[in-house]
Amino acid sequence: MTSASAAVAADLRPHPGDPLDPEAAISVRGLVKRYGESVAVDGVDLDIRRGEIFALLGPNGAGKTTTVEICEGFRSRDGGEVRVLGADPAGARRWWKAQIGIVLQSGAGDSQLTCRELLRAQASYYPDPRDPDEVLELVGLTEKARARGRALSGGQRRRLDVALGIVGRPTLLFLDEPTTGFDPEARRQFWSLIRSLRDLGTTMLLTTHYLDEAEALADRVGVITRGRLVEVAVPSALGGRGQAPAVVTWTEDGVRRTEATSTPTALVRELTARFPGEVPDLAVTRPTLEDVYLRMIGESGR
Amino acid sequence: MSSTLGTRPQAALPSLGRVYRTRSSVELKEFFRQRESVVFTLAFPVILLVVFGAVLDYDIGFGITFTQYFMAGIIAAGILGASLQNMAISIATERSDGTLKHLVGTPMPKSAYFVGKVVQVLAVTVCTVVILLAVGRLAYGVPLPTGADWFTFAWVAALGSSACTLLGIAVSSLPKNGRSASAMVTPIALVLQFISGVFFQFSQVPTWMQTVAALFPLKWMAQGLRSVFLPDVLAAQEPAGTWELGRVALVLALWCAAGLVLCVLTFRWQDRGTD
Repeated sequence: MTSASAAVAADLRPHPGDPLDPEAAISVRGLVKRYGESVAVDGVDLDIRRGEIFALLGPNGAGKTTTVEICEGFRSRDGGEVRVLGADPAGARRWWKAQIGIVLQSGAGDSQLTCRELLRAQASYYPDPRDPDEVLELVGLTEKARARGRALSGGQRRRLDVALGIVGRPTLLFLDEPTTGFDPEARRQFWSLIRSLRDLGTTMLLTTHYLDEAEALADRVGVITRGRLVEVAVPSALGGRGQAPAVVTWTEDGVRRTEATSTPTALVRELTARFPGEVPDLAVTRPTLEDVYLRMIGESGR
Repeated sequence: MSSTLGTRPQAALPSLGRVYRTRSSVELKEFFRQRESVVFTLAFPVILLVVFGAVLDYDIGFGITFTQYFMAGIIAAGILGASLQNMAISIATERSDGTLKHLVGTPMPKSAYFVGKVVQVLAVTVCTVVILLAVGRLAYGVPLPTGADWFTFAWVAALGSSACTLLGIAVSSLPKNGRSASAMVTPIALVLQFISGVFFQFSQVPTWMQTVAALFPLKWMAQGLRSVFLPDVLAAQEPAGTWELGRVALVLALWCAAGLVLCVLTFRWQDRGTD
């Protein structure tokens, strides 16, 4: 998405008091969750459209997992309204659970069963499961089909968790920090898996600590700190990133020069005119997602 | 039915029978593939039978050896291990490692989890009992039950196993994880075995300990099984001077009821503090 169109859609949160969106995969209004005296989730309003990948970002303890687990039906809420695929997760029924897939932060537990046996067992709980062997292929565990869960490496365990989450052919998939412990190559493979699931029409709610992951995968990101959703935007527009001054650097007379400008194209044109050939060491950078994210959680944490 | 309940998809959910079969097969594999559980639950009573039979081979009167007396006790202890100890430890482990939470997030009917556990307990109990009977018969000449004694054997074992399974499921909610479950349940089981007439003749246990033991199901299971393995003349050595089979049935049935109530009240699918 270009920065111009991103700017139009800079904040995409529903307003408090708006009615629930019946078309949304997930619709949340005024969600509150307390643990004793402390407020873990403090009035979250959010709509996640069908077919989109939504990334929820935030520091540890900000309320990410609590919010996600309320949507999954694992936790009760103290206030607000939640609809997931049209139903209230607090009253989850078997056929509602058959439409969602869950990859928990903690994984699916230890087992003496092989990967294939685990997937077959999991598939047998669902009305219209995917073929377990195809799922093993999809997550790249075909060679480990006969290995028991405990014989897998950390990254392979996580891919098995994802396989268990998608074998039921969910229309909505929850992924709580799915790539923690992956090496860079495994993460790239995982990303292409997620993209192929999106192409199949799966809606995904993803929490992650990796901002490059959010940027690579998510259609929209939401930042949650201290139980509040402080912004929802497309990754390129988060925190006013689309309009932030660009930083142009180059080398002139042996000196490294830096200039922040809102019109980097004009500056580069001027530099092009000034130098006979290539502008030495020319670079144009914008604040990274990580820069704006750290600024946002820093501000709200204060 | 639309706004709060969502839309029901077209494809039908798998039948209960199908999911029950899956869970039973999963639970059998989980038990029999894990060396620790096979050694501690299945092999340990057999080892005790072999050792006690070799060492304590004395006559307890009327030409009956202690091994024959011990047969009733070790089968009762084997049932306790296959049900109460096994359930308490395995469910606590599955709760703390996320297995239970994972399952409750799937459309698996919750009853299927318990059906699988019951099938596992049944299979392990039958294996334990068959091996104990075979070793007792072949190595120490302990006669197998005959005639109506098989019927008594069956109902004592079934009722005792049910009570202990339910208690094990209830107890699994107390410890923090599988390891602390083992640390909590194993000593309790051992003490109960000592005061319930498993390792000694119950008549040699001090009266106050007999009274304590009588509060728990193990004593009644062992007593009921003694009526199966010992001639009726030895009933005179029991606290009441008879086998008290009516009371055995009553106490075990009461423990079934209490265990069921405790399960319903205490069972948790997730670790504490995450609801």
